[in-house]
Amino acid sequence: MRLSRVKVRAAEPAPYYRGTELMLYLDTLPKGAHAVIEKIEQRAPLDPIATRLEELGFVPGEAVQVLATGPMGRDPIAVRLGTSRFALRRGEAARVGLRTAA
Amino acid sequence: MSSTASTQTPAPSLHIALVGNPNCGKTSLFNQLTGSRQKVANYAGVTVERKEGFFTTPNGRAIRVLDLPGAYSLDSTSPDEDVTRDVCLGRHRSEPRPEMLVAVISATNLRLHLRFLLELKQLGLPVIVALNMMDEARRHGLQIDVAGLQADLGMPIVPVVSLNRAGVMPLLQALDLPLPAPPAPLPAGIDPHMEVRRLLAAYVIDPSAGTDRLTDRLDRLFLHPVWGPVILLVVLFVMFQTVFAWAQPLMDGLDSGISTFGQIVLKPLPDGILRSLLADGVIAGAGTVIVFLPQILILFLWILALEESGYLPRAAFLLDRLMALAGLSGRSFIPLLSSFACAIPGIMAARTIQNPRDRLVTILIAPLMTCSARLPVYTLLIGAFVPHRTVLGIFGLQGLVLFGLYAVAIVSGVIAARVMTRGVKSEEHPLLLELPPYRRPNLRSLALGLWQRAVMFLSRVGTIIVSLNVLLWALSSFPLPPAGAPGAAIDYSLAGRIGHLMQWVFAPIGFNWQICVSLIPGLAAREVAVSALATVYAIGATDDGATDKLLPLLSTQWSMATAFSLLAWYVYAPQCISTLAVMRRETGSIKTVLWAAAYLFGLAYLAAFLTYHITRALTGVP
Repeated sequence: MRLSRVKVRAAEPAPYYRGTELMLYLDTLPKGAHAVIEKIEQRAPLDPIATRLEELGFVPGEAVQVLATGPMGRDPIAVRLGTSRFALRRGEAARVGLRTAA
Repeated sequence: MSSTASTQTPAPSLHIALVGNPNCGKTSLFNQLTGSRQKVANYAGVTVERKEGFFTTPNGRAIRVLDLPGAYSLDSTSPDEDVTRDVCLGRHRSEPRPEMLVAVISATNLRLHLRFLLELKQLGLPVIVALNMMDEARRHGLQIDVAGLQADLGMPIVPVVSLNRAGVMPLLQALDLPLPAPPAPLPAGIDPHMEVRRLLAAYVIDPSAGTDRLTDRLDRLFLHPVWGPVILLVVLFVMFQTVFAWAQPLMDGLDSGISTFGQIVLKPLPDGILRSLLADGVIAGAGTVIVFLPQILILFLWILALEESGYLPRAAFLLDRLMALAGLSGRSFIPLLSSFACAIPGIMAARTIQNPRDRLVTILIAPLMTCSARLPVYTLLIGAFVPHRTVLGIFGLQGLVLFGLYAVAIVSGVIAARVMTRGVKSEEHPLLLELPPYRRPNLRSLALGLWQRAVMFLSRVGTIIVSLNVLLWALSSFPLPPAGAPGAAIDYSLAGRIGHLMQWVFAPIGFNWQICVSLIPGLAAREVAVSALATVYAIGATDDGATDKLLPLLSTQWSMATAFSLLAWYVYAPQCISTLAVMRRETGSIKTVLWAAAYLFGLAYLAAFLTYHITRALTGVP
């Protein structure tokens, strides 16, 4: 991964602990950084947003990169996924678990 | 393909539907196939309602084609995707199931579009795949083994370039062939994403990973935290300046053309009822509205071009936080921008919003976005009461005032939405918006869009507006005053009496009885208020010369306070009947409609009242 090329500012929220494993989520991925999707988390049974994310191609194994963040704070974010680009709110991006190890 | 193209008897007519993801170039393919032979159920902007068109293949086969709203999946999450799903499944209440689907996929975004294509295999309908944007894909260095992919998918694939006629020929030829067999559905247990990955690995060579460098570069600028919003503001500002500045010469030309036309038509007629009907009812009425055609077309040109270029979703991205302040998401931005053309397509475009509450609030504030039918009223009053001056060297004062009126409406919309969403437990407002690659707007598509809009506008003038004006003319002319009665004849007419009665309500906000009369037909179509004023003043005029020029007449007869009060009224004014009808249809609730009409009326009255009294105080009128 090219994480080394990106300066992570102190202000950026650090990857945090959710559940039982340390995992980075798309909402905290720094701008410019690349990562690979590990899993999509459902917030509720039959979570429509998780389903839509999968239909848009957010599935394990796909590479993502944060292209831009909104003008005020980190919401929303623009993400490259394969050849497509999507705008997501932080809450949506927080469903996307990432693996950063190459 | 060409072997069967030699058969001379045309095959029986065919009913097909175009389906595909949003941004796959489906609508431009539709335009290319049908040209002007289409019936548009929606207005400008996104395809939210199905569009119908007709064309003939090289062999003479007559084809009826539906352009369905773009969808990411048949498992729909929003009302616009419902239309696509229902038509594909044959469940739509007024649309028969198509005999064949033309699935449009973009070669530049196969990963996303192939997944939906695999889903379409389950439908049991014959499918032809139109592989669009092959030219662009080749430029990016993408190579696709079309024959291999076609055999693997079990569906015929025709490469198309929807930008020109030659580019769609392969599809036209394919439509002359017998229908292909419906593809076999994807076997149970196979993950469509894995299947897409397998297909891409097997049939696509993609050295540059398909990234669009130009889009990356433009996004770095347009999505920049500082420059992005600045550029958006400049774009919107220039848009409103041009609506005023570019249209002026064209409007002046139309205006003098109509005057000349009126003089030629009226010259041989003797004085009397017929002459009065034509001069005061038809020409004064329709003429005052037709003049605004250039302005409305320029506004539409902007909206269509912004839409086609792919900039609109970026604007939605930039404004998402702002919309969050109003309790909405960036998704509401596109319907609201369409509402600047007309609230009707705006309200229908709200179907693309997944969250039902967001959708309802968007529908309720859509009428606050200044629709193009209000432009004639604004233009007339600004022209009569705001001096033609340049401010800070480059901005026209009139354009600035117009921009201000739009800005006030937007701020009011944000506040209204905030109030409506207040107290609601915060739930998720999904954004999840695709940011398509930037594209140069297709001139043909723009021209077609403008032409449709012009036809729609002129037929509106020819039907609703002229008949309302004739009706108003009759109401303003009859009953005739008793012989030898003093004053203007209109004071004795039905309209005059109604106007005087309404003044009880509207006098506190400075409206004279002529304005009151014009408000009534303004309910049917807002721009009629202008022509109604023209008719009322034309009949009310004691001398003959007053028929042609409403503008100088107003600037001498009205106080500035009355004019500004009417402007303020029109920022909020209760919607036209058709907007209320669409609202009723889209929300299915008459209560919502009544509530919307009441809150807008209240706002309008309050704003006009304040404006009237503040202006009077400032201009020193007691």
